[in-house]
Amino acid sequence: MRITAYRFSGGGENPEKTMAIVGATRGNEAQQMYNCSQIIARLKTIEKNGLISEGKEIVVIPTVNNFSMNIEKRFWAMDNTDINRMFPGYNLGETTQRIAYSVFEYVKDFKYGIHFTSHYRPGRFIPHVRMMHTGYEDTEMAQDFGLPYVYVRNSKPYDTTTLNYNWQIWETHAFSLYFGATARINEEAGLMADETVLRFMKKQGIIKDAERPLMEGEESRLVRSRDIVSVRTAVSGVLHKSLHVNAEVESGNLLGYILDPYEGSVLQPLYSPVKGRVFFTAYGPYEYEGSMVFRIARE
Amino acid sequence: MRQRVEVVSSVALPVDETLEIKRCRYIGGDKAARLKRLSIVTGTHGDELEGQYVAFMVGERIKKHPELLNGIVDIYPAANPLGIDSIQRGIPGFDLDMNRVFPGDSHGTMVDIMAGDIIESLNGSDLVLDIHASNIFLREMPQARINENMGEALLPIAEKLNLDFLWVHPNATVLESTLCYSLNIKNIPCVVIEAGVGMRITKEYCVQLTDGIFNIMKDMGIWLGDDVFEGKRHCSITSEGREIVFLNASCSGVFIQSAEHASYLKKNDVIGRIVKPLTGEVIDEVLAPCDGLLFTVREYPVVYEGSLIARMLGGSKK
Repeated sequence: MRITAYRFSGGGENPEKTMAIVGATRGNEAQQMYNCSQIIARLKTIEKNGLISEGKEIVVIPTVNNFSMNIEKRFWAMDNTDINRMFPGYNLGETTQRIAYSVFEYVKDFKYGIHFTSHYRPGRFIPHVRMMHTGYEDTEMAQDFGLPYVYVRNSKPYDTTTLNYNWQIWETHAFSLYFGATARINEEAGLMADETVLRFMKKQGIIKDAERPLMEGEESRLVRSRDIVSVRTAVSGVLHKSLHVNAEVESGNLLGYILDPYEGSVLQPLYSPVKGRVFFTAYGPYEYEGSMVFRIARE
Repeated sequence: MRQRVEVVSSVALPVDETLEIKRCRYIGGDKAARLKRLSIVTGTHGDELEGQYVAFMVGERIKKHPELLNGIVDIYPAANPLGIDSIQRGIPGFDLDMNRVFPGDSHGTMVDIMAGDIIESLNGSDLVLDIHASNIFLREMPQARINENMGEALLPIAEKLNLDFLWVHPNATVLESTLCYSLNIKNIPCVVIEAGVGMRITKEYCVQLTDGIFNIMKDMGIWLGDDVFEGKRHCSITSEGREIVFLNASCSGVFIQSAEHASYLKKNDVIGRIVKPLTGEVIDEVLAPCDGLLFTVREYPVVYEGSLIARMLGGSKK
């Protein structure tokens, strides 16, 4: 399998490894690859117009898992392993460890790292920057993306093998970006992704400007694990959503229902436990007892 | 002797079915006494079936001689019943490895709830055996896997399990979500057993494991029978102080095994060849890198560059 990286430079001798952007690590991350393709298209013009700052180098890897994309599998087809659980990788190890090793060797010395990733739970998120609490996270810099939220969550044991975590350990300013969609491409989210990343690069002085005026970003709200409140199902059934991502809610507002699959009757109404904004909605329709179907960012 | 089937976790599924995790409890001996309890858990990975036959044989042997049971034996044949029923290693619908969700959470997802219920039900066990069967790719000699932090406590137990090999391995952060780790930190001794290969039952190994289980039951005073070995008695060797060598495929192709699994090899003995069916070429010859025991060997023939082909227990660590 060949992994393709696009390299852009502002010229100058020995340019600094400034920004690495990694798209899909899983075969179903079409949106993540699409986001990279939009950034690559714009960086080509930006580079041609001499708008990359001198001495800066930018690398974009649209996917590290084209094989799984071509056979429509989320994880590595042979053994179902997840490349984003293999970092920093091992050059003498299993296939996905070797892939992770090659990728990480290529991107580990960059000053900034961006990973477009997806959540294990299929659903839609508010676009946000996600960071793990490792002690190395730079939440102030994360505001420069201009996304509605910067979410710092507590790390779990399996996080230690993700690209983001290892970047942080190697002292790269690492950010995971979530743009809502995964397996189906949302063009609006793609447009937002390239604007967001170029805005960040401009603020860090990596590019002097974009080839066209950049949209203003939003003022990000910093939220931590305790500020994101999950709404879980008490029973299994079919999910019907009344509200969607980004909706503002008061405590007690109806979010949706769990319905009886045969009779359509309401088994459980789902209410927002807090005032805030709908941060995540699960796709459904089949939901198990105890499933997180909505997440609310507390105001 | 009393036998009863108990539901340790029950969760309604979205469309008109219920997922239940069950155990079979065998109780024998003096009701007034504090009876020792052994729990045998298997089927955490839906593609590992060796434990199914072991669970059956343990139950069958207890029922053949109920008068010899002097304690509690709990058998959990399917910690991940949906995985077993649908021939999937992980938990269907979640794309999750069941052995990465422990200790679970009673307020979490369905998977967290089930994992929490399993842990809760194992509280009070004097010993837990967590039986695995590798995966569909690799065949393993009957062995125990023991975290080096637990070596002192668990090696004396594992030595009585009639296994061939006791692998004491370094700690890894990701293993903190396993059933075994979650029990050991609660001071419930748990030994992980790996034997055989995924999606198959190796009768010989299952008999060996069952003998080991009755041997430890005898040692714990749960089994009063003298003759617990129906098959050959095995002596285990430990990895302590010795090198474990991993052999990964240097190229992609089809692996054709030559060396016998569980045999002792000399350095440069041929373990197998990686061949290219299209052109009839041998593209690599896999050689033993040292003298030692071939305790893991590739079962599934298709390999990619990096696929694990074999593991050997070599000589002393340098």
